[in-house]
Amino acid sequence: MSRVVVNVPAEAKRGEVIEIRTLAGHPMETGFRRTQLGELIPRDIIRSLVCTYNGVEVFRADLHPAVAANPLISFTTVATESGTLEFRWSGDNGYSATLSAAIKVV
Amino acid sequence: MRFFLFILFPALVCAGEIPLAERRSGYEFMSKETRAMQDDEGTGPAVLWLLDGEALWGKLGCTSCHGDAKASMKGVAARYPAVVDGKLVNLEQQVRHKAPSLAYESRDLLALTAYVARQSRGMEIQVSEKSKPHIERGREFFHRRQGQLDLACTQCHDDNWGKKLAGNPIPQAHPTGYPIYRLEWQAMGSLARRFRNCLTGMRAELLAPGSPEFVELEAYLMWRARGMKLDAPAVRP
Repeated sequence: MSRVVVNVPAEAKRGEVIEIRTLAGHPMETGFRRTQLGELIPRDIIRSLVCTYNGVEVFRADLHPAVAANPLISFTTVATESGTLEFRWSGDNGYSATLSAAIKVV
Repeated sequence: MRFFLFILFPALVCAGEIPLAERRSGYEFMSKETRAMQDDEGTGPAVLWLLDGEALWGKLGCTSCHGDAKASMKGVAARYPAVVDGKLVNLEQQVRHKAPSLAYESRDLLALTAYVARQSRGMEIQVSEKSKPHIERGREFFHRRQGQLDLACTQCHDDNWGKKLAGNPIPQAHPTGYPIYRLEWQAMGSLARRFRNCLTGMRAELLAPGSPEFVELEAYLMWRARGMKLDAPAVRP
């Protein structure tokens, strides 16, 4: 299960600051919790989110065990030209999810 | 005289049922930030379950009888629990009527229930006359002292709502938003799970999700919240 959602404005003015919201479905198991039998539950978290805008990296975040499940990450960037924003989440146990969104700059 | 006032005081604070005009949804007790999470239609946490529910609606073949859920399921969640074939069932039980393999509290059942409930957002809760005997039994459960702490639901949710319990506001217990994404759970959960949380706190016997007592209690709470607007799937702290 690696459902991810992004919210990117479909259209923006050139030079406008746009807000981008991303949501990834993930348990974000810290690696510090134990089962009732005392065994450590292995860490299972998203390690990073990278966003590229027409191939140029505009945002990168490293995530750590204290981040809650289903992390919502929102950030801003400047609408420069029409094109595609690509999002890539990666994490423990080979977790990987990608999504892209188109933006039209007028 | 002072002595008599002291005796009378407990009787005054036990106000009983909340007057209709003073009822408030759990949403109104939440912080600004938690409200924003619920109001965020596109990237609120519940959307993860709603998208799964929409996919399951097609995959499990719900469409073959019910068509598009956006039309056919409108208002359905506002009518449950309801009497179906002589038995009181809640929304989850009705959702799994043709898919009994969906276990209570499983991700799939919660997703599908959330998706169905979502279609009734903003609609007023309705209660059928047929549920009346069940509502009465639910009312009895709500007012019965139980557990090692000898508490009844009514003592917190009718008599002391708005005050704090362990630093958190006590809500009035109107189930307007179930299933909910609860921050404490970091996941979606049903009303039965919420009941079990309260019963654990009261150190009372835990009933299984889907047990008749829980469904009757749910029916009573929906009657108590009659006319209030559904905001399922809600976010709660």
